[in-house]
Amino acid sequence: MVPTLMGRIQTRLFLLATVGVVVTLLIMPIVPGVTAPLGELYVTGLLVLVAVGVLGIGWELIYHFLMQFRWEKDWPTMFGLLTLVPEGLLLYFLLRSGAVGFIDPIPAAAFWTHFTVVWVSMWLVANGPMRVPFIRWRFRGGRVL
Amino acid sequence: MVASAGIPMYDIPFVSIGGGMGSFVTVDYLRVYGVPTSQMRVISNIDHPWQTYEFLTRCSQIPRGERIRSDSSSRPDNLWGFPSYALEEAWKDKNPAYLWQLFTEPLLNDYWTPRAGTVFENLEREAKRINYWDMLVKGQVRMVRRRAGGGYFTVVTPPEGAAPTKRIVFRSRFVHIAVGYPGLKFLPDLQEFRTKYSDYQHVVNAYEPHEQVYEFLKTRPGTVVIRGGGIVASRVLQRLFDDRKKFGLKTQIIHIFRTFVTGSHGPHVWSRRKGGDGWAYQGFNYPKSVWGGQLKAEMRKLEGAERAAKYKQMGGTNTPYRRHWQEQMRAGREGGYYHAVQGTVDRVERTEDGRLVSYVRSSDGIIREPVSDYIIDCTGLEADISEHRVFADLLQNSGAYRNPVGRLEVERHFEVKGTASGDGALYASGSATLGGYFPGVDTFLGLQIAAQEISDDLARRGFVRKMGPLRSTAQWFKWVFNSPV
Ligand SMILES: Cc1cc2nc3c(=O)[nH]c(=O)nc-3n(C[C@H](O)[C@H](O)[C@H](O)COP(=O)(O)OP(=O)(O)OC[C@H]3O[C@@H](n4cnc5c(N)ncnc54)[C@H](O)[C@@H]3O)c2cc1C
Repeated sequence: MVPTLMGRIQTRLFLLATVGVVVTLLIMPIVPGVTAPLGELYVTGLLVLVAVGVLGIGWELIYHFLMQFRWEKDWPTMFGLLTLVPEGLLLYFLLRSGAVGFIDPIPAAAFWTHFTVVWVSMWLVANGPMRVPFIRWRFRGGRVL
Repeated sequence: MVASAGIPMYDIPFVSIGGGMGSFVTVDYLRVYGVPTSQMRVISNIDHPWQTYEFLTRCSQIPRGERIRSDSSSRPDNLWGFPSYALEEAWKDKNPAYLWQLFTEPLLNDYWTPRAGTVFENLEREAKRINYWDMLVKGQVRMVRRRAGGGYFTVVTPPEGAAPTKRIVFRSRFVHIAVGYPGLKFLPDLQEFRTKYSDYQHVVNAYEPHEQVYEFLKTRPGTVVIRGGGIVASRVLQRLFDDRKKFGLKTQIIHIFRTFVTGSHGPHVWSRRKGGDGWAYQGFNYPKSVWGGQLKAEMRKLEGAERAAKYKQMGGTNTPYRRHWQEQMRAGREGGYYHAVQGTVDRVERTEDGRLVSYVRSSDGIIREPVSDYIIDCTGLEADISEHRVFADLLQNSGAYRNPVGRLEVERHFEVKGTASGDGALYASGSATLGGYFPGVDTFLGLQIAAQEISDDLARRGFVRKMGPLRSTAQWFKWVFNSPV
């Protein structure tokens, strides 16, 4: 899928709400380095997804701008995976600094495990399986609606 | 009137004309959407959908083992594009390197593209799965005309002896035209040479069989002139370089570019294409976002002159930057056997000893007169759409008209504008529709985009059920298990 701006944002939110939620429910019981009860972990995990979504709108604007320098107006597969690094770092430091007050502080190992597994799963789904139920998605720049 | 003339008439709601890749992907979509074979016919002069494509690719030096141009998820046999060809080849060849290439394309690696053979084998599997041959009717289509009561008549000449009459007629509500290239055109100076000397052996088009060139070069050292800066020129060069190495030949190559690209080019940092050594570099025949991203969305809104301008901006002959080709050319330049020059050719003449001399004028005023044994026209010029009888007739008699780049004007859903007839519709896809709201028409993925638009339009008209996520997923599993639709 080669995204448009609307498509980027919609795909991100859609995948967070589907793949992101399912993966969070599956991974939270086994993330390392946490002691909190599972219920609280779920709340934290889901709030992280919300933060990835909200911050993501800003990120997508930046990606869209950077994409304009590419003649083909494409977004190579690799970028879709590697952007996990800046996004993860920013979110991690925001959480650490307490700037996002409504999310409880989480240990680094737990955050990165959850974040990376969610991200990679979403990236894998966006690079193939997403096309199975949604046959128009890739021709509409990633718009779901 | 038709019936009273004693011409047999068949009632079939949907008829696709051409029977090549465009017809195939369209009926494939419709079969998956749920149309039974009894409701559709494909009228064609070829036996299997990839026949013309395979002929053209083989002539232009892509035998089954070589890799084609389009990418991993342009799968004409699978409307979902998943699993992509790279996954399939990686699995079959037990070669994870393909996946690495897919991951790093086009940054650290060339685009991964499938082998021609992979494409053909899968097409055959899918054709069997959808009972393609139950729908195929052999014949040459003469014309498509609107019918007073709505819908269309398609007039067909069946192969000799196949029918009791010289003509048969199909009466249908919907017609789809996908007849491919209206015809091939030679560069004018080369056409002139061929006519003047009746020599069809030494001046050849890369899209026609021209093995004699390579065979001759194996027998003695020779010089070849290449014309054109597209992918076909790249392929022909590769063959010449490969043979040179494989058989220890002394072939000299002179490559004439009309437009010689020396580097990145374009009006603005946001629209600058890479290039060099004569070539403009681009993975596919249009920028990638034409098939679904930003450029697709932008073009969809443009009309008239604005649309033509956008086409011009992103068009132009180009070829992919492939590392292997770059190495071969570099070796050729260093070894003094590959010479690329800018120039326009005024004329080609025959020398006393039967060789060919090209009169080449370059923009800096230098005149060159290279002498060669062969000239290979790799420009791949297409004839005007009116060269095809069916289009000529549509333009003249059925209300069809031309788009801003001179081809057939179609709607966003590929209905030919001006040709509606009662509750019927006439669609077209492929090269004849270039210049419309969607530029990538003459590609597998473009033909699939057209097929999807057409199928969705047919669903709006109640001819077939709309395809939602659940049904699509169920159909995908059928594809995976190769069970009937
Ligand atoms: C050398 C080459 C390489 C290409 N490589 C790629 C690639 O890598 N990836 C990609 O996506 N695209 C590629 N393309 C472009 C395009 O996808 C193919 O050309 C494709 O075959 C186009 O499909 P089509 O249906 O328009 O035409 P075709 O497949 O040519 O089918 C049209 C058929 O209609 C038949 N026909 C014409 N007139 C009549 C009539 N009056 N009655 C009955 N039948 C008729 C013709 O015989 C022809 O077989 C390539 C094209 C060429 C020439």
